[in-house]
Amino acid sequence: MADSNEPIVRFINVQKSYDGEILVVKNLNLDIARGEFLTMLGPSGSGKTTCLMMLAGFEPATNGDITLNGKPINNVPPHKRGIGMVFQNYALFPHMTVAENLSFPLEVRRMGKDEIESRVTRALEMVRLPEMAGRRPGQLSGGQQQRVAVARALVFDPDLVLMDEPLGALDKNPREEMQYEIKHIHESLGVSVVYVTHDQSEALTMSNRIAVFNDGIVQQLSTPDALYERPENAFVAQFIGENNRLMGTVKEVNGESCTIEVDGGGAVIALAVNIAGKGERTTLSLRPERVTINPPEGSVPNVFEGTVEELIYLGDHIRARVNVCGHDDFIVKVPNASGHAALKEKTKVKVGWEFEDCRALDA
Amino acid sequence: MADIPANQATLTTADGVPLKTKLRQTQRRMKMRALGLVLPLLAFIAVTFIWPIGLMVYRGVDNPVFSEVMPNTNAALARWDTQADEIPPEDIVAIVARDLAQARRDKTMGRVATRMNYDLPGSRSLITSSARKLAKIEGDVVWTEEMVKIDKRWGERKTWMAMRLASERYTMAFYMAALDRTFDEDGNITMQPEERQIYVTLFLRTVWVSLLITVLCILLAYPISYLMATLPLRTSNLLMVMVLLPFWTSLLVRTTSWIVLLQKQGVLNDILVFIGVFSDEGRIRMIYNMTGTVIAMTHILLPFMVLPLYSVMKTISPSYVRAARSLGATPARAFWKIYFPQSVPGIGAGSILVFILAVGYYITPALVGGESGQLISNFIAFHMQKSLNWSLAAALGGILLGGVLALYWIYNKLVGIDNMKMG
Ligand SMILES: Nc1ncnc2c1ncn2[C@@H]1O[C@H](COP(=O)(O)OP(=O)(O)OP(=O)(O)O)[C@@H](O)[C@H]1O
Ligand SMILES: [Mg+2]
Repeated sequence: MADSNEPIVRFINVQKSYDGEILVVKNLNLDIARGEFLTMLGPSGSGKTTCLMMLAGFEPATNGDITLNGKPINNVPPHKRGIGMVFQNYALFPHMTVAENLSFPLEVRRMGKDEIESRVTRALEMVRLPEMAGRRPGQLSGGQQQRVAVARALVFDPDLVLMDEPLGALDKNPREEMQYEIKHIHESLGVSVVYVTHDQSEALTMSNRIAVFNDGIVQQLSTPDALYERPENAFVAQFIGENNRLMGTVKEVNGESCTIEVDGGGAVIALAVNIAGKGERTTLSLRPERVTINPPEGSVPNVFEGTVEELIYLGDHIRARVNVCGHDDFIVKVPNASGHAALKEKTKVKVGWEFEDCRALDA
Repeated sequence: MADIPANQATLTTADGVPLKTKLRQTQRRMKMRALGLVLPLLAFIAVTFIWPIGLMVYRGVDNPVFSEVMPNTNAALARWDTQADEIPPEDIVAIVARDLAQARRDKTMGRVATRMNYDLPGSRSLITSSARKLAKIEGDVVWTEEMVKIDKRWGERKTWMAMRLASERYTMAFYMAALDRTFDEDGNITMQPEERQIYVTLFLRTVWVSLLITVLCILLAYPISYLMATLPLRTSNLLMVMVLLPFWTSLLVRTTSWIVLLQKQGVLNDILVFIGVFSDEGRIRMIYNMTGTVIAMTHILLPFMVLPLYSVMKTISPSYVRAARSLGATPARAFWKIYFPQSVPGIGAGSILVFILAVGYYITPALVGGESGQLISNFIAFHMQKSLNWSLAAALGGILLGGVLALYWIYNKLVGIDNMKMG
């Protein structure tokens, strides 16, 4: 087997166009480590499925190379790639029983009868459906079909499994249960998983690393916490979690901090992450939970006066919509801790934040 | 749940009616409403379909001529002890002779003569001339002697047996004739004479040709339907138009264009001669025979195979084949094990449509079939329009109907009719 430090999959300058005019995948460079759970996250139409299809062999890459275990696979047909795949609509063969579905990849590989039987049994036990072997897919619930699909993708021991929005058709509860199960299976088997979703909480809970796609480009590839806490551009900041955006112009740059003249009035000191330079436009990104109401005098560099527009009581915290610096959609999450600030709508408050929590990103 | 208290054993609704009764009532109401909705169609089908078909099957056994024209003959001949007497005894013959004479006077003799002629070829003149002469006889005579004097065939057992059969109110004779069988002098079922045995061969030929056409349609329609179901919409629409175009053209135009193409001096032969497949003398006959029938009918029935196949294939998601490929199946195996089984309901539906249409097809074989390419419906039409033996036509039709129903039943046993999808 290949060296375990080597990535199992590499996308090298991969481009893809369906019609010869628009590049759906613009320039993809992505290494997937062995045993990793990597999620492709992004809005609809951003090219996630296309990447998966190129990896599985159902769509040719227009340009660039894809390697699997160090070997280029551009000319390897899908059935010789040995990649397991779970489809969004499960794609369980409707005319076969669950057991027949599971034995299909094994029969194709000409395994012996006993071997097939024991593997099918083991796979069904893994997804906790041992008594369903004789049923047809049509007689199973959505969650059960999903489990069978996962078992089928794993039964022939591939090193790599692709899952394209496998939980998209499930309701909240079975969905969360399946997230946990897939994660658990990944950990116990040690396979590499490439997972596609456009549900960010699913991506954050399941993945080792997340590749955020937009417009055919990987916007950021990081671990879940880094993605949330240190977004590198305005798209990622906006896409992952809740986010306050303040537009403005760079007035001054001081090493890692900078001063921004916000459009609605007021100068904000922020962390210079991704700015073009003095005088250029920028977007400030600030998480609502990092804003304090009425901060003690001199404790934070940024303090502004605003008006409370709206209050929503959410139990563990209160969401306040505040008009600050000419932006009336500025959200503050006030924790419902003892002695928290008592707010009233249409009253004036002071809001403040640390400079590292406010990231100056591309415009 | 053994420990439910007794008073809860039967569930009741709020007003105390047992739940089951209530459910039954609701169900009955729903059934009545459903019936109300289908009633107009049901009435329409009954009047335009079931009633005429019932009438046709009935006409195949109905035999009213004797009971209307010679009302006493049937009862009289039924008394004839065929084991004991070679020909009927004098008292019976007398009744028949008087009936014949009466029919002559009523001028209804022709119907009897025609009817007798079906069962006993050549007996038309026997009946008409005998009746004319019998009508002139007055007073008491020995009728047997008189009749044999008029025509010696009245002394033969064959004549009387035929009349006995022909006079029955309901007869199996037409159904027997439709199966190349007849009654012999002793009333037993035997084969028709060799030169008159045509229908069984014709039935078998019809079934065999229909099967052949069905298989050809499957072979031709499957790839086209597959393309239509998988290609992008614009291309598949074009294909669909090409499949439907013949549908929008008159059947006669299509059939006659086949004549233009296939005849001995036709386009196809010209091309084959031109490219040197055979010489000018060697032109082959592709029309006015079975080949013509098969080619033209396959063409005409093809859409009936394409449409159900297409609509079934349209519902087969491409992700099934992809899944099979990703699981390690070669393209051929993925097709054969995954795609094909899911398209079988379409093949079933198309085959039933094509086969049933082919079995009853009439115009095309009539136009391009020549002599060897005629099917059973052409003979039904012949008996309806030319020989005017409607009873035999009805019997042939009844057997055809029964055969189709039997095949349908076998199909249901083998494949299961629920497995069939029209789309
Ligand atoms: N077979 C195809 N032919 C032409 N264009 C296609 C094809 N498949 C996808 N596209 C286009 O490529 C772009 C990316 O599609 P893709 O399916 O990869 O998006 P995605 O990120 O998976 O979106 P979603 O979250 O909705 O599944 C879209 O603009 C889509 O219209
Ligand atoms: Mg997709």
